[in-house]
Amino acid sequence: MTTTDLDRLLLIRHFERALLDLFAKGELNGTTHTCLGQEIVPVAVSGLLGPDDRVFSNHRGHGHYLARFDDPAGLLAEIMGREGAVCGGVGGSQHILRDGYVSTGVQGESLPVAAGAALHLRGSGALACAYIGDGTWGEGAVYESLNLAALWGLPLLVVVEHNGIAQTTPTELAMSGDIAARCAAFGVRHVALPADDVGAVRAVLEPLVSSVRTGSPLVVEFAVNRLGPHSKGDDTRSGVDELRDWYRDMSGDTGFAEADARAHDLVDSVVREVKARPASRWDR
Amino acid sequence: MRVVENLNRALHEVLAADPKARLLGEDLLDPYGGAFKATRGLSTAFPGQVLTTPISENAITGVGAGLALCGETAIVEIMFSDFVTLAFDQIVNFAAKSVSMYGTRVPMRLIVRLPTGGGRGYGPTHSQSLQKHFIGVPGLDVYEMSPLHDNRAVLAAMIASQRPCVFFEDKVLYTKRMHQVDDPFTWDLTDGLARVHVDAPPDCVIIAPGGVTHRAVAAMRRLLIEQEIICTLLVPSRLHPLDVTSLVAAARGAKSVVVAEESTAGGTWGAEVAHRLHQELWGVLRNPVALAHSADSVIPTASHLERAVLLTETTIHDTVLESLK
Ligand SMILES: Cc1ncc(C[n+]2csc(CCOP(=O)(O)OP(=O)(O)O)c2C)c(N)n1
Ligand SMILES: [Mg+2]
Repeated sequence: MTTTDLDRLLLIRHFERALLDLFAKGELNGTTHTCLGQEIVPVAVSGLLGPDDRVFSNHRGHGHYLARFDDPAGLLAEIMGREGAVCGGVGGSQHILRDGYVSTGVQGESLPVAAGAALHLRGSGALACAYIGDGTWGEGAVYESLNLAALWGLPLLVVVEHNGIAQTTPTELAMSGDIAARCAAFGVRHVALPADDVGAVRAVLEPLVSSVRTGSPLVVEFAVNRLGPHSKGDDTRSGVDELRDWYRDMSGDTGFAEADARAHDLVDSVVREVKARPASRWDR
Repeated sequence: MRVVENLNRALHEVLAADPKARLLGEDLLDPYGGAFKATRGLSTAFPGQVLTTPISENAITGVGAGLALCGETAIVEIMFSDFVTLAFDQIVNFAAKSVSMYGTRVPMRLIVRLPTGGGRGYGPTHSQSLQKHFIGVPGLDVYEMSPLHDNRAVLAAMIASQRPCVFFEDKVLYTKRMHQVDDPFTWDLTDGLARVHVDAPPDCVIIAPGGVTHRAVAAMRRLLIEQEIICTLLVPSRLHPLDVTSLVAAARGAKSVVVAEESTAGGTWGAEVAHRLHQELWGVLRNPVALAHSADSVIPTASHLERAVLLTETTIHDTVLESLK
């Protein structure tokens, strides 16, 4: 793993921790969904995306954003409604638009839109990448989009972050059958991967993603652990501490401690700096 | 008792009274008990009647309609009312239409519960007040939760109507107390219309749905103390179809009438109320009925921006003053 990937993973980890900390102190308003435990997915996937690719993110999107843009201050300002916010503080944590990247807080809404973007991009070599959770497979729009993607040969990459839960509902209570079989039914390629090693993920995905670019849609299903609450203080699960965590697994690696301290300090200074900024302005 | 506890008790009573009645929605199971806790304890008390569902608003509303079609009572919770747009077809084109489109009256006991409104920093897709999109759908009744209306009576009325109902529940009400109106105001309830008033004829009559109650009363208090302007607040439980007779009776003697709601500008419930009052009181009212609502805008996430868009106590206060000019 290159230093950059590790730095990104740790940046996301410390950013999310800082958010929960700010909430606990009453310094954040509204709500937020952290991607604690799922950081490897966007870091691995972003490394396979080019500048012309479009990214569609969801409610749990901080990692998607930070893996795509080196901009923790802009994101934090957005979440805190401070000057320099990516979207003026209007969209907040789950509604962000920037340079071909868009997120929305309504489940399933993004996939038809991503298919539209993929239709726009078809033939250009660029693709549309949409991140969705396992629970979002409850929405009919997901299936209508897969059908169109296969039918029209769209360069659509669907990245599923399967963390086994949707808010408080375990997948078993919400999904009959599985994602692989659902993709097969539409003639859409599907690959299931663990999310514990950035390099290994990229090695598998590299050729597959290249063929997405020529109009062969793909669903990549990552097995991940959601280590934090759904939003804040709303975790009904037990045994979360025993779940596998890349952070713990890698903590003995050479260079980890230094990188970890760097990321921690970086986020710390971003928090201090953004907190001191004046409120964002918005010209309605 | 808090409003959410009152609602929870009302839901308990519906499920207890009718073992065939069902409640469906996302994340309803205990110990979580729903995103806003209105359904807490229900899955434990009535395991066979409460279904937690996948994230499938369109389908679960249709399932509710199917149960209603078969003669059962179904209550569907949409986690945030913003997502009711996903169920719009089932509500408008199936459930409401079915009441009359087959040439004979089909009873449909379907209640779609809709946690609603802003003020909590949840952002543009989790803060809207979409009541106006359901006004004037034949066969569909629109209700709004209120701290002055016992939810047991409200749910009973919806079920008795045998018509599909959408029930908007302003999220900020959940933690407020039921029936609490402080001095010098008192309140009463007649035929589903709550009235908050002082013991004197009003200068201005304010008409508002339940979610606006506290903001309206705060504006009334300020107007009374600072300017000696007397207001009466009327809160109907059913927003549509509107029982205009009692509103007309109360508005007739006032110098002005204001309709206040959290919906954003344009095509509002208030515009419909104003039109109905103008029809009845043209030539009697001194001024046109005035409207107070949120700005014509998405609802921003950051609290300072959100405050600038949403209907506030000040919006109502200023609209009342303007209406009396
Ligand atoms: C249409 C819609 N319904 C409900 C919600 C509320 N909600 C937000 S996140 C979420 C769970 C999503 O689960 P999943 O897709 O598995 O993603 P995860 O949160 O696990 O990352 C729910 C129900 C929503 N945002 N949009
Ligand atoms: Mg999930």
